[in-house]
Amino acid sequence: MLSLLIGAVAAPVLGRWPRRSALAGFGLAVLGSLAGLCAAALVLLTGQTIAFSLPLTLPGASFAILVDPLAAFFLAPLFLISLLGAIYGSGYLAKADGPATGRHCFFYNLLVLSMALVVCAANAILFLFAWECMSLTSFFLVISDHQEAPVRRAGFTYILATHLGAAALFALFLLAGAKTGSLDFAAFNGLHDLPPLFAGILFLLALGGFGSKAGLFPFHVWLPEAHPAAPSHVSALMSAVMVKTAIYALLRILSFLPPAPAWWGGLMLVLGVAGGLFGIGMAATQKDLKRSLAYSTVENVGLIFMALGFWLYAQATHHYFTAALALAGALLHIWNHCLFKSLLFMGAGSLLHGAGTRDLNEMGGLLRRMPRTGLLLIAGAMAVTALPPFNGLVGEWFIYRGLLEGGIKFQGLAAALPIVLVGLMAMIGAMVLVVMVRIVGIGLSGEPRHQGAAAAHEANGRMVGSMAVIALLCLAGGLMPALLINPVVAVAGTISPGASDLLQNSGCLPYWIGGMGIGVVLLILLIFVGSRLLASRQKAAAPTWGCGFLFPTARMSYSAEGFSELAHRSFYCDCLRPRVSGGQPVALLPGRVVFAHDAGDFFLQAVYLPLFRTAGGFCSRMRGLQSGLLQIYLFYIFGAMTLLLGWLALD
Amino acid sequence: MITRLFLHLLVLFALAPLLPGVIGKTKALFGGRKGAPFLQHYFNLWKLFGKGLVISRTTTWIFRTGPVVGLAVPVIASLFVPFGSLTAPLGFNGDMIFVIYLFALSRFCTATAALDTGSAFEGMGAAREVTFACLAEPALFFSLIVIARLTGSLSLTEMLGPGLLAGWHGAAASLILVLVCLFVVVLVENCRIPFDDPNTHLELTMIHEVMVLDHSGPDLALIFYGAAMKLLVLGAVVVRVAIPVNLGNQALDLGVFILGMIGLAVLIGVIESIMARLQLLRIPQFLIGTILLSFFSLIMLLR
Repeated sequence: MLSLLIGAVAAPVLGRWPRRSALAGFGLAVLGSLAGLCAAALVLLTGQTIAFSLPLTLPGASFAILVDPLAAFFLAPLFLISLLGAIYGSGYLAKADGPATGRHCFFYNLLVLSMALVVCAANAILFLFAWECMSLTSFFLVISDHQEAPVRRAGFTYILATHLGAAALFALFLLAGAKTGSLDFAAFNGLHDLPPLFAGILFLLALGGFGSKAGLFPFHVWLPEAHPAAPSHVSALMSAVMVKTAIYALLRILSFLPPAPAWWGGLMLVLGVAGGLFGIGMAATQKDLKRSLAYSTVENVGLIFMALGFWLYAQATHHYFTAALALAGALLHIWNHCLFKSLLFMGAGSLLHGAGTRDLNEMGGLLRRMPRTGLLLIAGAMAVTALPPFNGLVGEWFIYRGLLEGGIKFQGLAAALPIVLVGLMAMIGAMVLVVMVRIVGIGLSGEPRHQGAAAAHEANGRMVGSMAVIALLCLAGGLMPALLINPVVAVAGTISPGASDLLQNSGCLPYWIGGMGIGVVLLILLIFVGSRLLASRQKAAAPTWGCGFLFPTARMSYSAEGFSELAHRSFYCDCLRPRVSGGQPVALLPGRVVFAHDAGDFFLQAVYLPLFRTAGGFCSRMRGLQSGLLQIYLFYIFGAMTLLLGWLALD
Repeated sequence: MITRLFLHLLVLFALAPLLPGVIGKTKALFGGRKGAPFLQHYFNLWKLFGKGLVISRTTTWIFRTGPVVGLAVPVIASLFVPFGSLTAPLGFNGDMIFVIYLFALSRFCTATAALDTGSAFEGMGAAREVTFACLAEPALFFSLIVIARLTGSLSLTEMLGPGLLAGWHGAAASLILVLVCLFVVVLVENCRIPFDDPNTHLELTMIHEVMVLDHSGPDLALIFYGAAMKLLVLGAVVVRVAIPVNLGNQALDLGVFILGMIGLAVLIGVIESIMARLQLLRIPQFLIGTILLSFFSLIMLLR
């Protein structure tokens, strides 16, 4: 942590010398992350808890740190992705000038530090301080390219949405603090015997506050705006890690509250599954690659919330084994999503770097021009689709298995709920395949549809290297699932006592998926070699068969919008369908036809922007307070001091 | 264990190419023609394996991977599916999820291989293939849950084991609906009429055939072989649900299974002869109907 802090300070100081600034900023980020990763791994392996507390002079605050297995479970991917993100970033920003690199490193290091502090904090004031720090530093990273208007707008949406959530958190912690008389998390255990109504209010505040950070539907609006705008390794860090800190915090708060009634779980799983369907549906219609990936994060977070909700629901209805499976599935998916989503965002960044565009329609033919990046991106796409032999399947297996267990063991019509969820999850899974085939097939294969893609160049060694590490981890997780399952089962036991025994004694943990994955890989290699031997006799190269068209051009190939048209025509509701204008040739000799396809977010357009506008109108009335005169501000400070003195005197 | 594995793979490799032959013969009989011999598909495969390859200059290694995975996936998947009352060589708790995602793997590779050529026609086929799967998968899951609830197991070889016969005594109505739904899934997944026409040469109406336009020689042989095996593996589930008997003699059981598979192929041939291909935009509606039907069979079981 110290190293991160020094890195944050050193990078802008050295801003005049770009190379030294980058070396100090990113190098110290790597060192700090490595140290943090080791500490987190140690806690996970030994199961011991690190805790210490220093008093602070602020009322109610203390520098209380607690790293238990739950925190370490979230810290491990956090530091891993920050480490690789720093290496990737140093390659990504290799051409940037010194002051820009310095600023970037300052905020990057502070972001990593504040995220780690969010996960470690054991005091409400410290937690909120770190939380705000995290929001602000990530905001400044999002608006790195603040010269562009869309980036500024994205940053604005982000900061508004995230502060709406923060307001709920302030209310949550103040209420909890008022009830227990202390703002230390240790004292929050006293919340265990709250009346149901009050506990419900706290739960709703936590769900709203943390959900808005996690990208839970319908608080997801900032994700698809902010992630495309940020530099790609920052998108990776935000999408893979930052949204998970909110899930961590929700789990932490749940551990303080009394045992959850069934409706808490029900609410979470309904929002989760709605987010899953909405997210993946929107991801299929975006032509911006990073926007599509951001919506895919909304979908994955939805799946995690669905699994967590089902865990609470099953626990409340006394189906403990089902609950344990769902909890393990959610935790596994958290780790897996950290890996493959950062890989995908980094891959998208490399494509942006190499081909100069985020628009899938302007890509094409990139696998030939960027073979290593393309291969790694395909690995990420297969992992997120939960295909064997990658890690995604292990997590989804647990979630499916939990739902199926419920579908088989629940009595009577109660079983309809998990069964419907299985069906919806299968539909989401098949849609993920549509989205990923679209990214690989339209973005990477075929012929280039733009000069930028035709002149694309391979990413540099640091970028490819850090992506390769993540891709290998994804593969290792799929081929040796024990690496994922064992720590998750242990951590599940600390969240929900008894869960790890239930899982371990059930004898149904899917260690065999690894063996089957190895079998799939070996068989594919065998057939590949065999067919290569057979085909080595005669091989001719020719252009793609145009089905009778003599001069097919790249413009005739399938576009990103065209690929998902059948899907949104067949099973989207009207409000989610992209608005299409033009495209119909008229008259006998039609002229130039313009076709526009706008896949904006319904909730952002119809709910949030009007809300923001109203709030903006209200706030502009208070503009009179901000006159810009120094005397007035001195007067404000004087007034505030007087009020404080008065308050102290009354106390 | 090893002998069972060999027997299983032998049945798979030897029997699979017979099924398209039977379907073809049935259609020929309906059309008043003599038709190609039953073994035509074996000859085709042999011929294609001996041919050279023409590869598009646009393509990359993805293009060559598609056919390979298309063959590897049904082989691995077949190890989990019992052939009649011959139990599967492998069986794990929850392997049905793995098998479904295995087929997703083959879909991913086939569709990206099609898009790799940059051809608009193949893009069309890929888009249709992945989109219709979104509706076929829930129906498959619901149908399998019915069987899982009846047999209390989540491994395919136990779900389709002796417990199934007892299920027919208790919940015949549900199982009949499941049988219909599974049959529809087999038709969709194997690109048969009324969802896709494997014989047409109008690219605009095809799904699977249009995706493999650019494959040739041994690669095309791998695709055909893989498709025949996929029909066998998915068809084996339908046949087992329809004929859950256990005669106790391995040779007799195998005979029943082979007869059942041939019967299924004849049924597919009859349907292809008497039905027209559905209009493309009707297919999603039809599939949603299938999902509802499979869910209805579950509700009957839950009540």
